[in-house]
Amino acid sequence: MTEMLIRPPATDATTGMVEILDGRTWTRVCDYQELTPGRGVAALSAGGAQVAVFRDRSGALYAVDNRDPFSGAYVLSRGIVGSRDGVPTVASPMYKHVFDLRDGRCLDEETAPDGRPAVLRVWAVRVAATEGAP
Amino acid sequence: MTTQLQDLVLVGHGMVGQRFLEAFVEQPGAAEWRITVLAEEPRAAYDRVHLTSWFSGTSAEELSLAPTGFLAEHGIDLRLADPATVVDRAARTVTCGSGAVLRYDALVLATGSYPFMPPVPGHDAAGCHVYRTIEDLERIRDEAERLGPGGVGVVVGGGLLGLEAAGALTALGLTTHVVEFAPRLMALQVDEGGGRLLQRKIEGLGVRVHTGAGTQAILIGEDGRVRAMGLSDGRELAADLVIFSAGVRPRDQLARACALPVGERGGIVVDERCRTRDPHVYAIGECALAADGRVYGLVAPGYQMAETAARSLAGGRDQELREEHRFTGADTSTRLKLLGVDVASFGDAHGATEGAVDVLYSDSRAGIYKKLVIGAQGQLLGGVLVGDTEAYGLLRPLAMGGNPLQTAPEQLVLPSGLAPASGPIALPDEAVVCSCHNVSKGEIRAAVHDQGCTTVPEVKKCTKAGTGCGSCVKLLGTIVTEELEAGGVTVDRSLCEHFAHTRADLYEIVRVAGIGTFSELLDRHGRGGDGCDVCKPAVASILAGLAGGHILDGEQGALQDTNDHFLANLQRNGSYSVVPRIPGGEITPEGLITIGEIARDHGLYTKITGGQRIDLFGASVDQLPRIWRRLVDAGFESGHAYGKSLRTVKSCVGETWCRYGVQDSVGLAIELELRYRGLRSPHKLKAAVSGCARECAEAQSKDFGVIATSAGWNLYIGGNGGMTPRHADLLAADLDKETLLRTIDRFLMFYIRTADRLERTSVWLDRIEGGLEHVRQVVLEDSLGICAELDALMARHVDAYQDEWAAVLADPDRLRRFTSFVNAPGTPDPAVTFVPERGQIRPARPHEDGRILTPALVAGPRLEVHTA
Ligand SMILES: Cc1cc2nc3c(=O)[nH]c(=O)nc-3n(C[C@H](O)[C@H](O)[C@H](O)COP(=O)(O)OP(=O)(O)OC[C@H]3O[C@@H](n4cnc5c(N)ncnc54)[C@H](O)[C@@H]3O)c2cc1C
Ligand code: SF4
Ligand code: FES
Repeated sequence: MTEMLIRPPATDATTGMVEILDGRTWTRVCDYQELTPGRGVAALSAGGAQVAVFRDRSGALYAVDNRDPFSGAYVLSRGIVGSRDGVPTVASPMYKHVFDLRDGRCLDEETAPDGRPAVLRVWAVRVAATEGAP
Repeated sequence: MTTQLQDLVLVGHGMVGQRFLEAFVEQPGAAEWRITVLAEEPRAAYDRVHLTSWFSGTSAEELSLAPTGFLAEHGIDLRLADPATVVDRAARTVTCGSGAVLRYDALVLATGSYPFMPPVPGHDAAGCHVYRTIEDLERIRDEAERLGPGGVGVVVGGGLLGLEAAGALTALGLTTHVVEFAPRLMALQVDEGGGRLLQRKIEGLGVRVHTGAGTQAILIGEDGRVRAMGLSDGRELAADLVIFSAGVRPRDQLARACALPVGERGGIVVDERCRTRDPHVYAIGECALAADGRVYGLVAPGYQMAETAARSLAGGRDQELREEHRFTGADTSTRLKLLGVDVASFGDAHGATEGAVDVLYSDSRAGIYKKLVIGAQGQLLGGVLVGDTEAYGLLRPLAMGGNPLQTAPEQLVLPSGLAPASGPIALPDEAVVCSCHNVSKGEIRAAVHDQGCTTVPEVKKCTKAGTGCGSCVKLLGTIVTEELEAGGVTVDRSLCEHFAHTRADLYEIVRVAGIGTFSELLDRHGRGGDGCDVCKPAVASILAGLAGGHILDGEQGALQDTNDHFLANLQRNGSYSVVPRIPGGEITPEGLITIGEIARDHGLYTKITGGQRIDLFGASVDQLPRIWRRLVDAGFESGHAYGKSLRTVKSCVGETWCRYGVQDSVGLAIELELRYRGLRSPHKLKAAVSGCARECAEAQSKDFGVIATSAGWNLYIGGNGGMTPRHADLLAADLDKETLLRTIDRFLMFYIRTADRLERTSVWLDRIEGGLEHVRQVVLEDSLGICAELDALMARHVDAYQDEWAAVLADPDRLRRFTSFVNAPGTPDPAVTFVPERGQIRPARPHEDGRILTPALVAGPRLEVHTA
């Protein structure tokens, strides 16, 4: 069994199972090939949390909370992936706030309406090359 | 310590009276005064200028000019329906209808005018009306309703007001005549040529015009009501209802009765500070005869008088300041839309100045007439514009500036296609750009370079320019852009950080270079990076129009906004709503029942939309395909409520059922909706078709609207409701259906090709060079030679249309994305919860404990929703 880094190199040959880490357990998301470049999917972690998993045009993977702190709705996985000043981003489909996919920070506003910092939790993500869980 | 308050009595709470109060309370000395207002009408001041809009549904409350709380806040005692009857100047008292006697230190008369009734026999018979107050309009409407269609209305007077009244009568369904004594319509504002053209246009709208005809008598029937009108040329005109609109006369009776000087033809004589001969008495508005010897029947000069009188009375201790603001006369330029015809006149419109010459452009086929009056020194003195008043904003300040023209006058009247190309026409700094608020070009420039305003809204806020009638806004925009550019600020219109192009540029690139994907476009023409939520959907829309294919196929799927991505509309809690297409708003009982059943079986909330269809709310991503399946099986298809594309073509019931209708508006609306469904555009597109001029479908508030005439269809474009309403402009009149379709095809394709991202047709039409006239030339006369291309693109769209829902259902690959969680298909989203309200569901608020709607819950035909 091999593990790849959080940001796998862009290659069409990449196959395997995308997984996210919930503390100690890796949870399966889906087959890497199932992810559309530039879009995301929502997944449930082993602990029941909602996670948005994205694949960008270069093939890199990112995983952040699915909850948009500005609307409280679980919709970030349905946002548009892009870049701002070279930084990989996702724009919330609700009120269009843009988040840095690397560290989960909101690039438009620092604070969410509930007074908390507008930062998404970032989840570890990998592609497990073999079938079967680690 | 209290100072003794002085007493101010204002007689008349009309437009000018209210403006006086607003100006007065702002003066430094206002606190020394106690204000009482005597009003004859039973309601506080309202917008008389827009009185006619009352017929099209604007309520009396909406017309009101007195902001709520204004009177109370300033301690103003307004006495409604209590007119002043006697003024005693020696005792300084006013007696009013209720019998009360009020003392005054200052008296302001703002009593306005009364409609002039020609002294012809029978003029007071039942069925005769005037047109000045809301009560007048109520009476006219009641009577028109009683008469029903087939009734005949005659308006005496073909001036501004008469034509407005005629428009109202036509809209009320009466056969309408206008009788004008002068040889032409609007004799005050337009010259002979303009009058002729105006007459032709107005007759084209179904109003019969009789110029050069005097009213000799009103003939009365046996029931004591109007039966007919006898004309000076011996003819007899059958009439059930008559409106007198033969001019107004100043209401100066109070002044006459207390021996204040009045003019020979009426009007209370005032000086430059709006004082009458008695220093304690002022007169303002339409009842005053101003220092320049004129009575002004327009609201803007009245407002200036109000300002003058307010300063004079309470402008503080400084005598000079009090006297600084004087009313010495005003510009009577006007620009209006009468029965949908644009008319403007400004300055010396009749060429009365000695040595003046005319420059004329007239195209009777297009219905355009423009005349400029040029002075001996080559300066612009005034002019008349009919049919196309685009240039008014520029020409009026030029005429007021009085400097010799820098441009050949022909260039100022020729349509943009014919005029030789030239730079922007130079306006001198002192030219008044906004006459409502008296703001010069210099002040606007100063707002940009001294006060740092960079947008039109900022300049509006800072200078007040453009916040009155709005006719100067376009010119304002040009000046602001010029000034910014002169200051080295380039106005950046690039789409986003990834493309240095406008949306229209990208459209051309994709079209000419035949680019098929976003990646290709970004690699070849982008500035690097990965794209974003601005450029991706914009390019997706361009590709959808030019390259075709399902919007979710291949890379295109990744570009779409979430609404397009899921072919449904995202709502606040992350659920979606579904809108099936109901073309023209026509639906069978079976169709209604089916939609009802589907909504009930899936536990959805239902609401009728403004676009005459039904919106089903509360669906989770997983439910969408199941809901579509049932809709598609029952013969429905996607309504594209999620897309930047055609929404609905709304219609009224039209000729088929309505007793006023002249064409089948529902049939046409269905045809249009089916033709343009699925057409991707820079923004959503709305449309409507009305079966007659009463306009029940509100076609003039749509991107394109069609109104039936007895001769065909009138096509309006660029209307908008919503936050910034805009009335649509008439693009072409009396079209047959084939020409109508072709014209709409080309208009839509031209808009899609040239508009900015998220630019509605209303904004586009105001922005593009040459405006409406340019669009008319492009789509009707093929001035750019692109019509064949536009036609071909539309033909391709019509052929290639497919229902996006059905296409998803037919393809397991596309269907796969409709799960809440990729790694737990079938698990509903636990965050999407609902609570019951008024017998349906609504999203649970954060503190509420709502329930998930799961397919499992939808066991029986009825879904019970409980809070846990
Ligand atoms: C249908 C219509 C369309 C118009 N369109 C335009 C337009 O497009 N542009 C434009 O510039 N102008 C237009 N006008 C003219 C504009 O409405 C007037 O210039 C403006 O209303 C004048 O304001 P005012 O206060 O002097 O008179 P008014 O608004 O008439 O107010 C006078 C008030 O004084 C009251 N009053 C009279 N005598 C007494 C008394 N003895 N005691 C107490 N109260 C009294 C009257 O009842 C009335 O309410 C239009 C007018 C009409 C009727
Ligand atoms: S419903 Fe249609 S046809 Fe009837 S009055 Fe209204 S606009 Fe005219
Ligand atoms: S001229 Fe009326 S708002 Fe400027």
